Amino acid sequence: MKSSVKLAILTTTLTLSASAMATEVNVYSARKEALIKPLLDQFTSASGIKVNLVTGKADALLKRLKSEGANSPADLFITTDAGRLHRAKEADVLQPISSEKLDAAIPASYRDPEGYWHGLSVRARVITYIKDKVDPKSLSSYEGLADDKWKGRICIRGSGNIYNQSLVASMIEANGEAATQAWAEGFVSNFARPPKGGDRDQVKAAAAGVCDLAIVNTYYLGAMIHSKDENERTAASKVALFWPNQSDRGAHVNISGAGITKSSKNKDAAIKLMEFLASDESQAWYASVNHEYPVKSGVEWSATLKTWDTFKADSLNLSQLGKNNPTAVKLMDKAGWK
Amino acid sequence: MGILGIASLIALPVVVVASYGFQPAGEVWQHLANTVLTDYVSNSLILMAEVAIGTLLLGVSTAWLTTMCRFPGRRIFEWALLLPMAMPAYIIAYTYTGMFDVAGPIQSSLREWLNLQYGEYWFPDIRSLWGAGAMLSLTLYPYVYLLSRAAFLEQSVCVLEVSRSLGNGPWRTFFRVALPLARPAVVAGLSLALMETLADYGTVQYFGIATFTTGIFRTWFGMDDSAAAAQLSTALLVFVFTLVLLERWSRRKMRYHHSGQRHQSLPGFVLQRHQKFGAILICSCTLFFGFLLPAGQLAYWAVKTRYMINADFLQLTLNTISLAAGTALLALLLALLMGYGRRLSPDRFTISAVRVAGMGYAVPGTVIAVGVMLPFAWIDNSVDHWMQMQFGISTGLLLSGTLVALVSAYLVRFLAVSLQTVEAGLGKIKQTIDESARTLGATPGQVLGKIHLPMLKGSLLTAILLVFVDVMKELPATLVLRPFNFNTLAVRAFELASDERLMDSASAALTIVLAGILPVILLSRSIRNSRDKNDTPT
Repeated sequence: MKSSVKLAILTTTLTLSASAMATEVNVYSARKEALIKPLLDQFTSASGIKVNLVTGKADALLKRLKSEGANSPADLFITTDAGRLHRAKEADVLQPISSEKLDAAIPASYRDPEGYWHGLSVRARVITYIKDKVDPKSLSSYEGLADDKWKGRICIRGSGNIYNQSLVASMIEANGEAATQAWAEGFVSNFARPPKGGDRDQVKAAAAGVCDLAIVNTYYLGAMIHSKDENERTAASKVALFWPNQSDRGAHVNISGAGITKSSKNKDAAIKLMEFLASDESQAWYASVNHEYPVKSGVEWSATLKTWDTFKADSLNLSQLGKNNPTAVKLMDKAGWK
Repeated sequence: MGILGIASLIALPVVVVASYGFQPAGEVWQHLANTVLTDYVSNSLILMAEVAIGTLLLGVSTAWLTTMCRFPGRRIFEWALLLPMAMPAYIIAYTYTGMFDVAGPIQSSLREWLNLQYGEYWFPDIRSLWGAGAMLSLTLYPYVYLLSRAAFLEQSVCVLEVSRSLGNGPWRTFFRVALPLARPAVVAGLSLALMETLADYGTVQYFGIATFTTGIFRTWFGMDDSAAAAQLSTALLVFVFTLVLLERWSRRKMRYHHSGQRHQSLPGFVLQRHQKFGAILICSCTLFFGFLLPAGQLAYWAVKTRYMINADFLQLTLNTISLAAGTALLALLLALLMGYGRRLSPDRFTISAVRVAGMGYAVPGTVIAVGVMLPFAWIDNSVDHWMQMQFGISTGLLLSGTLVALVSAYLVRFLAVSLQTVEAGLGKIKQTIDESARTLGATPGQVLGKIHLPMLKGSLLTAILLVFVDVMKELPATLVLRPFNFNTLAVRAFELASDERLMDSASAALTIVLAGILPVILLSRSIRNSRDKNDTPT
């Protein structure tokens, strides 16, 4: 090739890639903009480091990371659900980090043993019941929901949802595949209606008399209690929260978390951002804005979280959820969980 | 040759996805066949049938009424009937659920007034298979309306008059003459609606209906089996391809242009009183359920929450509109190139390449996004590698994560829309006109500029409008391919809605609709004028 042509290519590509030189952190986030941008803005004003953000669906962002490979501009991958963080680690797009601050702030069960990802907030999947109709003493565990006495009384969303997939994955870990299959069949036969809608819809349906129990993530209940929509507040006031499996392994919890990408060119700044997200103020922000539990102990809970009392959480290593996910999906298909 | 090249480029992402299917898919197929595959297939087929009936009934009847009949409000209905198109189907699904679900205001008041409990009365369940069909029909009928209206406008009045003078009544004339003549356009509109139905994820997922598309996502992400997912996608494509071929085959020997030289003003049938009432009722009901009701609900929510209406919002709107306009023009250009490629050199290769390039519309956006992502990343990484070898310099990603990648994905997905429309328009221009012009010494370029463009104006504007609105609503590809710090209205609306913050998402959703209104009105006007110009006696 002629050297002049080479030079032309060189200059154009140099100008194009020059913008990547400044100290910035590039974030791929499966957490929605409204639930991450305010924190990133705080980080920028505190540290002077600019943060660039793309939000999207976790699986699609992961595909993007994977296909961009070593040249990916992303430094930090933020997502909900430990199963997905595990999948990112398996896909070889993350790198392990060690940070004393992070290790001190985040309990071992909420981070990858090798440091590939760290949890940043905790949510639990709980049973809510209609106060007038259900005696909480009749509730015990997720397993107990397969009992005949709940026939036609349970509302839950579809099996395509990752929260349900993770719940079943955790049960496979606890009870084995065969027992969980039998449980799922009993559980599905107790549904009040074919699954539809999101978590809030289940609580609303329960309040409208369709069912007596609704399975829901804690932060949705919190959001309903503080909703601008009067109907949502009314519906939320009719139900109470029950912590399942308190006498054995504990309630099923999951996290939102983050990992530094393997291709990161701004690793130090990205670690700084993660440490900021695990700081006391950020942790308190999750609770007050989105009613999630802080991963860090000692951080003051919001008033809403306090009303739900303390609980025992399943101490299962969360990366197991990712490993069991395909089995869980097939199991739900077989049980006829739509 | 150039045409073939462009068509192949556009078809590449679809091929990339299909190529995944050649990996062994393990025992997933066995599992699917034993459990959910029958559901996927039957639900998708029923949904398609519902949408076909729904969009044909609504689209063709309103198009005929507003084009051929005179009744009060006709001029408003002409453009207003297009408005539901600006409404993303999943948003209309959310609003209808908000109103008509068990926990919604209507059923709640019903229970309160009549002192009933849930289960003691019957109420249609909006979140069901028929509900999904209704939602999709209400948002997709404008495709049929728009294209059949354009066809009716171009129809020769003489043909209709001949039919009447031979003793056919108005109904018979419609069914035996006008409708068959408009068939290519009606079918083009219908196939767009059906392809969009197959690609729909938001609505069916929210309604809890397992279709082929939800199955693809489940297999891909839930079971982590990209090979089986790609095979499912390919099966879907083959199905669509077969449908398209069948339809073409069934009208293989027919031609649809008029041989008469004179067009007259449209007849403007004067309706009797009860007929006027009927016409107004049909048009206003369609408009009410497709637009006024859901938009009213959105407006109510938006006013109540006033969420995020600020300077940031203006930027979002600007992003959305410029992206949509740019893509629409580009898509039109490509569609013209291909449409002419087919017309001028109708060899088998070109024809099938053009067909495959139009398949992207039936593929769910996320799947297309991945199909676009892979080749772009490959090119970027190869360039980077080459530069490293030659100069020791890393160029990073040049195209991935830029608007180039995003617009490419839009083109792959929406080219079918402009292509269908342009081809329907071109099909109406007799080959003999081209031949006469060429005999008289005109170059192909002159034929295009002086003869075709004026005749095609309506179709071209329609193509622009359709892609414009589609891009404004597009979500999955936008989400995953957009550059850093770049948002659109659809992204904003979706993020809030998927977080189950329906009321907060209303302001963004409503802005999509509002941004769509102005072009809708302008284009509707030009489409009408295109008829007026053609009306001048030659």
